Amino acid sequence: MTMTGLDLLAAGDSNAIKDLINTLCQPHWFFIIASVAMIVFLVGYRTLTKPAVALAGGLAFTAFYVLSGFDSDFLSIIQKPDNVPITMMIYLVGFFVWLAFRQAAVNDQNMEEGKPLLEAGSDDKVLVWPDLVYTELIALVLCTVALTVWSVILRAPLEQPANPAVIPNPSKAPWYFLGLQEMLVYFDPWIAGVLLPGLIIVGLIAIPYIDRNPRGNGYYTLKERKFAITTFLFGFLLLWVVLIVFGTFLRGPNWNFFGPYEFWDPHRPAALLNINLADIFWVQWLGRGIPTESFGMLPHFVVREAPGIVLLSFYFFILPGILRYTVFRKMGNQLGFVRYMVMIQLFLWMAFVPIKMALRWTLNFKYFVAITENFLNF
Amino acid sequence: MSVFSRFGDWVREGQVWGSVFRHGVPRDRRTRAMAVLSNVFLHLHPVAIRKSGIRLSFTWCMGGLTFFLFLVEVITGVLLMFYYRPTVEYAYFDIQGLRAHVTLGILREMHRWGAHAMIIAIWLHMLRVFLTGSYKPPREFNWGVGVILLVLTLLLSFTGYLLPWDQLAMWAITVGSNMARATPLAGHEGPLASMIQIAGVPLLHAGDDARFGLLAGTFVGPNALLRFYVLHCVFIPVVVTVLIAVHFWRIRKDGGISGPL
Ligand code: HEM
Repeated sequence: MTMTGLDLLAAGDSNAIKDLINTLCQPHWFFIIASVAMIVFLVGYRTLTKPAVALAGGLAFTAFYVLSGFDSDFLSIIQKPDNVPITMMIYLVGFFVWLAFRQAAVNDQNMEEGKPLLEAGSDDKVLVWPDLVYTELIALVLCTVALTVWSVILRAPLEQPANPAVIPNPSKAPWYFLGLQEMLVYFDPWIAGVLLPGLIIVGLIAIPYIDRNPRGNGYYTLKERKFAITTFLFGFLLLWVVLIVFGTFLRGPNWNFFGPYEFWDPHRPAALLNINLADIFWVQWLGRGIPTESFGMLPHFVVREAPGIVLLSFYFFILPGILRYTVFRKMGNQLGFVRYMVMIQLFLWMAFVPIKMALRWTLNFKYFVAITENFLNF
Repeated sequence: MSVFSRFGDWVREGQVWGSVFRHGVPRDRRTRAMAVLSNVFLHLHPVAIRKSGIRLSFTWCMGGLTFFLFLVEVITGVLLMFYYRPTVEYAYFDIQGLRAHVTLGILREMHRWGAHAMIIAIWLHMLRVFLTGSYKPPREFNWGVGVILLVLTLLLSFTGYLLPWDQLAMWAITVGSNMARATPLAGHEGPLASMIQIAGVPLLHAGDDARFGLLAGTFVGPNALLRFYVLHCVFIPVVVTVLIAVHFWRIRKDGGISGPL
């Protein structure tokens, strides 16, 4: 066996580092780190987007990525043809988030100092021919070249012919839907596959109607739109992009979680048994069995699930009122009743996702309300 | 004057050239405006545009690239249709044949990687529109049109994913379409499915629920292949084309690329 120095480095002493990174990539750590990173970025954006700082960050990440490539398990995942776009996506999203917030930082600074915005002078008009058509032409040529090179280098995948009898493990949806497939772990299919996508679509369309803040229209800024931008980025970066990265790189056979340098062992047992709120409430807290009798007019499953029904009713119906007169007082006054209700329901649903994820990771928690008889589980 | 420029002038002064281009060489303000106005494709643009709107660091040209990638998909897609038959007997082997026999065999690669790139580009376009607050009045409606375009772009990719008819394709679509089984009141394993009944006879089964409508069957089989093919090659592209036209039209009607007021 011949081994280069780099191989030795990758196989030998680095094992401890690999173990550490595998641990940090466990879902709860990964998600916490990503959330903290996002908040740190949004708070310190004026310093962190300085070109030198951002470049250092990009290089550090690249170094991490390239060094990780010496690990055969990691390499085999990022090399799968359909996963190559994900690496591209990570870099492009990183670059453009930087570009946007760099300009926001400059604009916010300029506004404080009474200087003009980067986008100022917007009433000066230039002719579309030649100023715009040439830019478009150049973009078009570069894009064609890039796509052609990509197509020559990387073959499109073609596996064995479709065979209903052989189920691949794991079976994954196309990468852009992996966030929704990840939701299947925490929610029933009708929530993960129907309700949540529906809420995303409706929620996106609703944005212009529930964000009544007139400032920040037509220029990059963070200072003037803190709530809107933080919420949107949380949804896009953490609940969409990060979950795609989870689904592609870290979900293996039986949809088990594997660190980036772990072998995808198909025989690893599936996750532990999960428990519902009803189990916790009736059995663990009250120390009695789960109720099976109906109570007056209430069918037995309503009695059984009463704790969850009360809790969720509080979350979706009472909490909006409380928030209206505390945290969201100013926004509530601005929005009026209908707009506020739409905003807060969308907001609470969005928050429901990480809440359930966190409960699963820490307590193996499954359902608040489990009316399995009617497939009505929350 | 060189031979070439005299030849050029001769061509431009002739009847043929004049019948196609109704303006002189775009060298001054008037002819440049005419160049945009008198061309059906270029006149998607206004004649003059705000300076800040064409700064590359403002738009990232992402909407434009999304559109360009859509065109790449249309062109390569039509070429692929010459070689591909959407039946269980042929589909897989036609794709294999594309790889083995067709000259310059990167057609399928261009189509597949172009689709991936289009998805990334459309997300980035949405991100930039959001971060510049460009969805705010008067552009609320165009943002909504954009969201529908986003959904349709994802569906285009999703329906196309099945067509190679390999293991990757079939099982990805199985995972995706299984969720339709759980549509409330419309999927046979969805919430409240048991309420859809007449005199105690349940009406929703695997053979007549939302998933069945999507796949034209209870599993991903020949009917699903045909259905996805038609959706992928005809229905969704046509709708997307119409909506892109609306999208571009509205950009102009809403006052062009946004900028500080
Ligand atoms: C097939 C998909 C799409 C195509 C081809 C497309 C194309 C374009 C183009 C070429 C522009 C001009 C400015 C620019 O390049 O940024 C534009 C602007 C715009 N797009 Fe899209 N777009 C698409 C999807 C979307 C989506 C998903 C959204 C939002 C959810 C959206 C919302 C908007 C808005 C609001 C504007 C006006 C921006 C401004 O005035 O600054 N579009 N689109």
